[in-house]
Amino acid sequence: MLSFLTRRLIVALLVAATVMTLAFVLTRLSGDLATSIAGANATQADIEAIRKAYGLDRPVLTQFFDWVGRALTGDLGNSYFFQTRVSTLIAERMPVTLTLGITGLLIALFVSIPLGILAAVREGTGFDRAVQMVALLGQAMPSFWLGLLLMITFGLQLGWLPISGTGSWENFVMPGVVLAFSAIPALTRLTRAGMIQAMGSDYIRTARAKGLSRASILLKHALRNAAIPVVAIAAVQLGFMLGGSIVIEQVFALHGVGFLAWESIAKNDFPVVQAVVLVLAVIYVALTMVADLMNAVLDPRLRV
Amino acid sequence: MSAVATVNAGPRRGWKSVSTWIGAVIVGAAMICAIAAPLLVPHDPFAQDLAKRLQVPFWMAGTDPAHLLGTDQLGRDYLSRLIWGCRISMLIGVTVTVVSGLIGITIGVLGGFFGGRIDDAVLFAITTRLSIPVVLVALAVVGLLGTSMTLLVLTLGLLLWDRFAVVARSTTMQVRNLDFVAAAWCAGCSRFRVLSREVLPNIASHLVVVATLEIALAILLEATLSFLGLGVPPPLPSWGLMIAEAKDYMFFSPWVIVIPGVALFTLVLGINLLGDGLRDLFGARTDT
Repeated sequence: MLSFLTRRLIVALLVAATVMTLAFVLTRLSGDLATSIAGANATQADIEAIRKAYGLDRPVLTQFFDWVGRALTGDLGNSYFFQTRVSTLIAERMPVTLTLGITGLLIALFVSIPLGILAAVREGTGFDRAVQMVALLGQAMPSFWLGLLLMITFGLQLGWLPISGTGSWENFVMPGVVLAFSAIPALTRLTRAGMIQAMGSDYIRTARAKGLSRASILLKHALRNAAIPVVAIAAVQLGFMLGGSIVIEQVFALHGVGFLAWESIAKNDFPVVQAVVLVLAVIYVALTMVADLMNAVLDPRLRV
Repeated sequence: MSAVATVNAGPRRGWKSVSTWIGAVIVGAAMICAIAAPLLVPHDPFAQDLAKRLQVPFWMAGTDPAHLLGTDQLGRDYLSRLIWGCRISMLIGVTVTVVSGLIGITIGVLGGFFGGRIDDAVLFAITTRLSIPVVLVALAVVGLLGTSMTLLVLTLGLLLWDRFAVVARSTTMQVRNLDFVAAAWCAGCSRFRVLSREVLPNIASHLVVVATLEIALAILLEATLSFLGLGVPPPLPSWGLMIAEAKDYMFFSPWVIVIPGVALFTLVLGINLLGDGLRDLFGARTDT
């Protein structure tokens, strides 16, 4: 178990280091940062001043190691536009994105686990095919478009929910549903496949032979085993959702981390962009590690 | 049939299934629209006519028969822009998949074939790639380097190779140990020959299925980036861009976003249906 842990941790750290390098390279792709920051009307003297002020006149490797060194202590630099620390900016915006991501994941689990179980129990029936069809439809639905349609229907025509803002829980209903749509197909399919596999196994036959009730067999015996990959994927999906929430935050004007990233890209605010990429990647790496650990705890066979 | 086929139970699979045919018809129609767009458009998709802004489509009262699907906020014919948008979606979907396929298949086959250290490096590359938020990085690259079709295709291609690599790797590993590959080794074939003549043809069907699903994903992502203003540059009529441009008018004329959205949804659904049908037909595995 311990060697499993260390190995996972080493890989996670290596991935984080690679992403860090990529995030740095990414923002240097456009060539001269000082020129882009200064804007189209800047004079040569302005550009030189900016280059000095932001330390861009130093060798690239020095800049890189400086950034890495500071990032390791939690200092992600200063935003060019907001004139505050990037870490503060991200910390301010993170609650909105996390609320959105967790709302989306909970809605997705709430829909896909029952659907997956019912589809597995009625494998091959019309209901099963209908569930698989719903999963396909969900996969093809562009999230930003679904968001706009919900806004027109529930926001404007029915007037049930607010269209934008982050004031109350009602603001997170529509964005949460839209975000959930992106995870529902995968989670439903996985629950269905896991349940079908579990229901065909020997221990279920034993449970049946013992005369256990159908509900007990389904929920206590089959679901517990089918849940292992679902739990793991759910954690990974949360990581994807935090990355994908940039679109939904923009549609619903939720001022989360995704919105911050979008604004910063538009304003050439490089320290913010590279920090958001890094933070989201680290969260994803941490979540996949949690998923692996949960897998190992729930299923001792995986601890090699 | 491929060497790593799994048996499919069930009555209606592959070409016997209605949904595969629906998918094939949608994809076929989209391909015709994409290739013959210049011949099919009733009007110039770029021609503005400010006197005829936001004309309603055919199912609403007061429609202009010259513009079946109405006009947009600049008076451009919506049907023509929709057809041209299909060309752009298909073009980007296919080219992105070619780029990502080349990268992913190369990486995956190498890892699966050679194993050991090389495979460790491949697995690491896949893990790293999965931890990178695709939409954000694509937005950042396009935002920093400027919007252009070529840049968009390269960026998405460099980001979307993960599923190709995963499937190519796992199927290569299975094929590698089969008897006919051992026979080829014994016959004195070179590594390159074993790879290109024995392994690749036997994993090709799986890769075709992945390619279909990846085209759908690339089309969705292109629409998303264009919607956020950092994809296909205006005035090109990308469906995502059409939705973004029409967004300000959607509360008064919902059809302006409904039409391109339905087109996008239908095309992606059609490609996925066809992909699922092909998977059942080949007995391929695409689980990642």
